[in-house]
Amino acid sequence: MKNDIIVDRSLLRGREYRGASRIDGPLVYMKNTHPVGYGELVEILAPDGKRRSGQVLDTSDEAVCVQVFEGTDGLNLPDTRMHFLGEPLSLSVTEDMLGRVMNGLGKSRDGGADPRGSEDRDVNGAPVNPTSREYPRDFIQTGISVIDGMTTLIQGQKLPIFSGNGLSHNELAAQIARQAKVRGEGSDFAIVFAAMGVKYDVAKFFIDSFEETGVLDNVALFLSLADDPSIERTITPRTALTLAEHLAFDRGKQVLVIMTDMTNYCEALREISTQRGEIPSRKGYPGYLYSNLAEIYERSGKISGRSGSITQLPILTMPNDDISHPIPDLTGYITEGQIVFDRQLSASGVYPPVNVLPSLSRLMKDGIGEGMTRADHPHLSNQLFASYSHVKDVRNLASVIGEEELSETDNLYMKFGDFFEHKFLNQRFDEDRSIEETLDLAWQALSILPSEELQRLTEEEIATYYKG
Amino acid sequence: MQGRIIGQVSRVNGPVLKVRGITDAAMMELVHVGEGQIVGEIVKLSGSTATVQVYEDATGIAPSDNVYGSGMSLSCQLAPGLIGNIYDGIQRPLEELRKLSGDFISRGISASAVDESKLWHFVPLAKAGDSVSAGSVLGYVDETSRVRHKIMVPSSFSGEYTVDEIAPEGDMKVTDTVARISRDGHEETVTMVQYHPIRVPRPVKERLNLDIPLVTGLRVIDSLFPLAKGGTVAIPGGFGTGKTMTQHSIAQWCDADIIVYIGCGERGNEMTDVLREFPHLVDPRTGKSLMERTILIANTSNMPVSAREASIYTGITMAEYYRDMGYNVAIMADSTSRWAEALRELSGRMEEMPAEEGFPAYLATRIAQFYERAGHVRTLSSDEGSVSIIGAVSPPGGDFSEPVTQHTRRFVRCFWGLDRALASARHYPAISWTESYSEYAGELRTWWDDKSQGRWSRNRARIMDLLQKETRLQQIVKLVGADALPDSQNFIIEVCTLFKNAFLQQNAFDEIDRYCSPEKQIAMMDIIMTYYDEGQAAISKGVPMVKIRRLSVVQDIARMRFNVSNDNVQQIDRLALKLHRSITQLGGLYEE
Repeated sequence: MKNDIIVDRSLLRGREYRGASRIDGPLVYMKNTHPVGYGELVEILAPDGKRRSGQVLDTSDEAVCVQVFEGTDGLNLPDTRMHFLGEPLSLSVTEDMLGRVMNGLGKSRDGGADPRGSEDRDVNGAPVNPTSREYPRDFIQTGISVIDGMTTLIQGQKLPIFSGNGLSHNELAAQIARQAKVRGEGSDFAIVFAAMGVKYDVAKFFIDSFEETGVLDNVALFLSLADDPSIERTITPRTALTLAEHLAFDRGKQVLVIMTDMTNYCEALREISTQRGEIPSRKGYPGYLYSNLAEIYERSGKISGRSGSITQLPILTMPNDDISHPIPDLTGYITEGQIVFDRQLSASGVYPPVNVLPSLSRLMKDGIGEGMTRADHPHLSNQLFASYSHVKDVRNLASVIGEEELSETDNLYMKFGDFFEHKFLNQRFDEDRSIEETLDLAWQALSILPSEELQRLTEEEIATYYKG
Repeated sequence: MQGRIIGQVSRVNGPVLKVRGITDAAMMELVHVGEGQIVGEIVKLSGSTATVQVYEDATGIAPSDNVYGSGMSLSCQLAPGLIGNIYDGIQRPLEELRKLSGDFISRGISASAVDESKLWHFVPLAKAGDSVSAGSVLGYVDETSRVRHKIMVPSSFSGEYTVDEIAPEGDMKVTDTVARISRDGHEETVTMVQYHPIRVPRPVKERLNLDIPLVTGLRVIDSLFPLAKGGTVAIPGGFGTGKTMTQHSIAQWCDADIIVYIGCGERGNEMTDVLREFPHLVDPRTGKSLMERTILIANTSNMPVSAREASIYTGITMAEYYRDMGYNVAIMADSTSRWAEALRELSGRMEEMPAEEGFPAYLATRIAQFYERAGHVRTLSSDEGSVSIIGAVSPPGGDFSEPVTQHTRRFVRCFWGLDRALASARHYPAISWTESYSEYAGELRTWWDDKSQGRWSRNRARIMDLLQKETRLQQIVKLVGADALPDSQNFIIEVCTLFKNAFLQQNAFDEIDRYCSPEKQIAMMDIIMTYYDEGQAAISKGVPMVKIRRLSVVQDIARMRFNVSNDNVQQIDRLALKLHRSITQLGGLYEE
């Protein structure tokens, strides 16, 4: 009996079925098929003869439920034809994808032929064995003071930008992509860019920015824009990361993956989940949102014995600037820190408008200090956090009792706060500061405060760098 | 592992399958699905259909695939060789999987939890003719230089048996027979391996009082919110508040004999960090590598969700096994929220009626069952052992009113609430002194007071009171500024600030500060309270507070956590002397 089934399935593979029983949003239900595997790739022939692709979401004795990535517009019940291909959705990976513009499924979008590689990879990937991982510890200099100094980016890290609508997250991501370098290494780098549900101008902004710096040949773009079917967005980051894994772990490249906007990805998941009548969890998002996001974010890092790395820089806009919204909240639990934007800072003209207090880089502790950045860096960044958090208290106090009534020390904190925001944080879009410049600037800021306020620094460090 | 066919798949929806044509299958039975031999477990039976949750990615499973029953529940393999290993949620050794499938974990692979070819030096303790029962010790092997692994009669044996034959001292594999025991003429063989279903607690003789602290070396925990050996604690905190760091510190420095660290739905790189760091860290008490007492379970967030649900039980079953040998075991579960979410996800796929926030109605029962497996016990072989559970909770949005935190609070007796404001100011460990509590403080009082001539409980009560007062004073300061307060009240704020900086904060990366012995903690708390008493006395004599806080000895106190090593605690006594002299001197200037 066992053997019968194997023969059966392989013979039936690719057989054509005609006539759907139900179409509901992006989902097509088909009855009376052979046993179809969960997650199988499906080829759909629309009545106009065009091919679309889909994936099995639910399969049972009675019916198969298929989600169609290109959307179901134009399909009708009697003339829709389907082939079940008996294998999971895969991407034919090749280095030739660099320099190309593709859609969310890896098909050409720039008028050229579809890129074809020698190997098909399951876009869902497989979890990396934790024992195979190499702990990321190589410092990436982004040339942006607040990141290098206080939320250091490490090669192989996943560090999202929590932003809001209308804030300058795209500029920051483009600036990081342009300036990021690992010191002392002429590394072989590549950028994989996945756009989900963003407007064309946003994608254009990135393309122009890559073009200006002459790196476009090292960038693979996967665009699923705002007017593309929302369902395509659910597969776009997986396609992009499948290529990233190939470039990093087979070709030894240092890959930076920029994904924008993860909020649109989650919205698309919610849409499908609701359409399928699943039991919702928080704010209508499906209960598996955490696991689903983890499958994306965890596809980063380094593998021991292989030279490449995947660094992820996902961008998400917090709905209503609410950091406790399920999307930023679940993201923060998976990623290794976060860079949080602040609307007030942005309004007062600070770029990048990073609110350092909730921002964090979890991998920073092992990538900075002696031999990596500078020996005083760990204590220095600690001190900046502590002092700036006191600035917030002092400002609250000042708003109640007035600045005149503040004590002498508190007045210095006010001055420190201004310097910190307008000189240290603030920098130009094309300004590339070395780590030394950043750290010296930080000392300049702290030198405004009396030295006995600097409890997180050692006496030697104060003796060497303090200029108060 | 091809067992009997128990049915065919009729529907696949993610990790939850419906199986039809069931003839004989048991609840919680371990099954293998399809030709890929995907591991699963029966979670529901109804007429001739069953619901199965699979522990691996379900891609490719199709209706009419065969389901094979194994005849047993999902069980842990318990034998020498567990220590120092790293497993996934269903006890597959990750190192072995790496050899089998490379850097990425593929599906349908399996490996024995312990190395079955390794030779262990067995030493018999029982002899022929002895009367034994489940849990009786037959002999031992030295698993690591600090863990003597007792070979016990498996928990599945019931009733009194007689030892017919026991293996002589010598090198043996775990699967070799170490003894033959019989009951009513029916003989059974015992090897070093036993299997125990993960969802069933291992039996004990009786439960004992929780009156010995689990010393963690973290001052805010040991001195303010202590945990007892065999106790349970929850660490809730939003992301970035330092749950994982706190768990790591405890796993490294606490005085348990065995640590089971469960990375349940957490980050891959964090587990790598543990893997990379632990072998190099030396236990301050024994001088041996920390890996010689640690078992790791890594079911990272991108690994299958049902295995995440199982990982907690796998961990606690191994912990109970070592407890039965008479060890004090501590479990770190990071994080139980991910486990609860796995329950929610699976419950949703099974289309069960949800309760609060989509969690299944049985969430509270499951949490209670898990925490109840902790305890300080007399084992079946009359040893004393304990399992302490330290469970991290990741409340969405840092909101402690959500169901997992709330239900967990009902079943734990100690609560270390992490505070975002503290974490933002990089005050670590960010354990809030206003929200945390420990019901064990009363039971552990005797132990600490014996060590400190009664000062511990007194100092603790006083400093908790001062911290409460300070919170109120800070509210006034926020409104009118610090200058409006009299010196005596400002001094309370001053002492509390010092206490927070010099005592509550601890730097996990500093050679000296990362572990603080009980003796040092007692001395540190003492000197800070002395500072308060003598300072207040001086202020009442008219000494301005500013003068007191500018004394150089205050800086020494602020830095004692870095400068005074654990074996040199007398230095703090000398500081106390200096403090006394400085304040007396200062008082002299103002005395008229």
